[in-house]
Amino acid sequence: MSVTLEINGVTHRVDASAETPLLWVIRDHLEMTGTKFGCGIAQCGACTVHLDGQPIRSCSTPLAAVAGRKITTIEGLASDAAADHNSVAGAVKDAWDALQVAQCGYCQSGQMMSAAALLSQNSRPDDAAIDAAMSGNICRCATYPRIRTAIKTAADQLSAGKTS
Amino acid sequence: MLHRIQSRASNLKTSRRGFLKLAAGASAGLSLALHLPAQAQRSAALSSQGELDANAFVRISPDNTVTVVIKHLEMGQGTFTGLATLVAEELDADWAQIRSEHAPADSARYKNLHWGSQGTGGSSAIANAFTQMRIAGAGARAMLVGAAAQQWQVPVKHLEVSKGVIRHAASGRSATFGELAGAAAQQPVPAQDSLKLKDPAQFIYIGKAGVPRKDVGKTDGSAIFTQDIKRPEMQVAMVAHPPRFGARVASFDDSATRTIKGVINVVQIPTGIAVLARDTWSAKQGRDALKITWDNHQAFQGSSREILADYHQRVSQPGTRARNDGDAVTALARTDQRIEATFEFPYLAHATMEPMNCVAQVSEAGCEIWNGDQVQTMDQGAIAAILGIKPEQVTINTVFAGGSFGRRANPKSDYVLEAVEIARRAEGKPVKLVWSREDDTRAGYFRPAYVHKISAALGEDGLPTVWQQRIVGQSILAGTAFESFLVKNGIDATSVEGASNLAYQIPNLQVELHTVNQPIPVQWWRSVGHTHTGFSTEVMIDKLAHAAGKDPVEYRLALLQQHPRHRGVLQLAAEKAGWGKPLPQGRFRGVAVHESFNTFVAQVAEVARHNDGTFSVEKVTCAVDCGVAVNPDVIRAQMEGGIGYGLSPALLSEVTLEDGQVVQSNFHDYQVIRINHSPQIDVHIVPSAEAPTGVGEPGTPPIAPAIANALAAATGEWQTRLPLKGIRV
Ligand code: FES
Ligand code: FES
Repeated sequence: MSVTLEINGVTHRVDASAETPLLWVIRDHLEMTGTKFGCGIAQCGACTVHLDGQPIRSCSTPLAAVAGRKITTIEGLASDAAADHNSVAGAVKDAWDALQVAQCGYCQSGQMMSAAALLSQNSRPDDAAIDAAMSGNICRCATYPRIRTAIKTAADQLSAGKTS
Repeated sequence: MLHRIQSRASNLKTSRRGFLKLAAGASAGLSLALHLPAQAQRSAALSSQGELDANAFVRISPDNTVTVVIKHLEMGQGTFTGLATLVAEELDADWAQIRSEHAPADSARYKNLHWGSQGTGGSSAIANAFTQMRIAGAGARAMLVGAAAQQWQVPVKHLEVSKGVIRHAASGRSATFGELAGAAAQQPVPAQDSLKLKDPAQFIYIGKAGVPRKDVGKTDGSAIFTQDIKRPEMQVAMVAHPPRFGARVASFDDSATRTIKGVINVVQIPTGIAVLARDTWSAKQGRDALKITWDNHQAFQGSSREILADYHQRVSQPGTRARNDGDAVTALARTDQRIEATFEFPYLAHATMEPMNCVAQVSEAGCEIWNGDQVQTMDQGAIAAILGIKPEQVTINTVFAGGSFGRRANPKSDYVLEAVEIARRAEGKPVKLVWSREDDTRAGYFRPAYVHKISAALGEDGLPTVWQQRIVGQSILAGTAFESFLVKNGIDATSVEGASNLAYQIPNLQVELHTVNQPIPVQWWRSVGHTHTGFSTEVMIDKLAHAAGKDPVEYRLALLQQHPRHRGVLQLAAEKAGWGKPLPQGRFRGVAVHESFNTFVAQVAEVARHNDGTFSVEKVTCAVDCGVAVNPDVIRAQMEGGIGYGLSPALLSEVTLEDGQVVQSNFHDYQVIRINHSPQIDVHIVPSAEAPTGVGEPGTPPIAPAIANALAAATGEWQTRLPLKGIRV
């Protein structure tokens, strides 16, 4: 089937079968490789993108389900961050860089997408809220302590940006 | 991995001596040769773009970029940062102008000086390259300074270099590295013994905070891993692998596969049936549609339960001696107060975040691969052997690896050869082999399962008089290229490391090994033998401390009088954790100390008991002594990561086999820790002027015993089987 979808503000037409996972549409058809493959069954979060602002596992989301909808990938988050450091995307990107969170880095696109979605909904997440929002994202390098700190740092930056 | 076994004896001593000379300011103790590339050995490394190709490791371009060529795979452990730090230090570059890139496969220039071939592992990157990379930086600096002196007609000694700028104070002249690159390329390559390395007191980057990582692109989606490689006309391949180790294809029917849109071809290879397609999803669908009959005649049909039951039988019998101090057998026979424990460890998968994959292209000229390659020389040789070409005809483009933990240093080049076997059947087109998570989990090359038994007895002073340890399991090195020189007298050093060199002073100390062959492929897994010996020895010593009625930290210190670095980390971790201070209700502490890869680590784990009897690990205090701390933040990150990696097998992970098949397949049943399992981790680095040693692995061994010992503080019972899931306190 031929499907139109909007990724990072750009409209794309894709020819692929209806059940093709969004992950492979993004990676193979549209050649945007920031979104990663880790498990294929919604267990690891490496493939997390935003669908109309909500975090979803693109490996388990068929193309047919996203027709005409707005998708944001890590590449979109990075350009949003560059455009506005006081945005949620900017706060997440800055915190991740300042705290040197990434080790191998393979999970981090997904981690940052989940973190940005969390902060969009909860500007002051406590440890329990962070656990709830982030436990779907595995990091085999176990950068979890820095992910936790980075989310809190980003929250601080966002609230400082609002009051200033 | 293969590592320190070679390094341990001679090389470490060499590098330590070399380091001490340097530290004393002597003109570079260049016992570690700097391998300059052939073209740089000629007087001028001139390129038409006015670039300075100073040596194998440093290029400086007119745009003022300093490129550091990194001979060790960046798989998360920070080689892009650590090795570049060493170059930048002696070059007096501005950190912002430094960029890192992976070296090509070329053992002559880029070998691991601990191994003699190109490869990464055994926490050896900084340890082997510490002096080499500093010399590379100093050599490039000398050429730049020489060029400035010539241009300005001033003596070299009147020039200062700082943050990538060369200045002549008297005349007020200055120039950047980039401006001088072209002229520097005309300078002679300095003789190594003319180079003077910095005194540590002058360091501006080594050991300092605020030296950010150089493996960039990991927070904007631009970093390229094997999975992200695109080549013109590239096809994607997925392989149907046999469900049992040793099974083969009897027959297959690919008619349904060939009707799937996007599927290009189906080929049989030695390891299964490969489906080639235009994209990953088509390849997967094509693979799922294959009908294959497997020939199980030579296949493993047993279970891990049976394997472990057999190990439990064997562990009561004497084995091959790996260490024998005093007379443990007689000492044990004399005592009527034996303290014993039998330990059990399951198979473990590496479960890297990026499942194994490799891009390969086979042409008339040879073979080219794109891979998070950990052992370039070995992979080159293995590829050349199956294709009947020369190793030099194999080009390896090393890219970031999404974790390895040892997996990508496969002694049989397993997934790499699988990619090449497909590519040689793809009419010259590049092929990306993609493993699913299920392929990756079930492919074997596991950390082997082991059973240990330790028998001990205490003297009147409560200290152990005898310690007999028996270890039963598969040999990782058997059947590999390393067997001939790393398996001595029937002892695979990687089976007993951490036990055979137990640091505790015990007069009658015996370690024995039973090596058992199994058809389950096994491999080194972050910290190798220490993954199990660290646990059994540290849980046992804790149990003995309790039997003696002594404090676990004091007890260890009493037995470590000859081991100041063990003592140093143990005392620092204890102090920082508030050891001995009262804890809130329901909180318990446990401690462990272990040396691996010449790095010393102690950890104190704090666990919380919950109302339902379950427990969680709340806090880990870690002290590490890795000699000179080249990049303290990377060291802290590696301790955090090493602890986190060890937490999974401590708490959750195990591979089991039933009816010859691996039971687990993906993260729902091969469980690993998630953020909700992750404790607060505080890392403290012991200040040291010793030669730097690795940090990629040594954080892993102590965490499981520290947790088990904390649980024992709660229950009075020392757990002896991993993982600890289901334990109630
Ligand atoms: S790849 Fe989608 S959740 Fe793992
Ligand atoms: S940084 Fe390696 S998996 Fe998260």
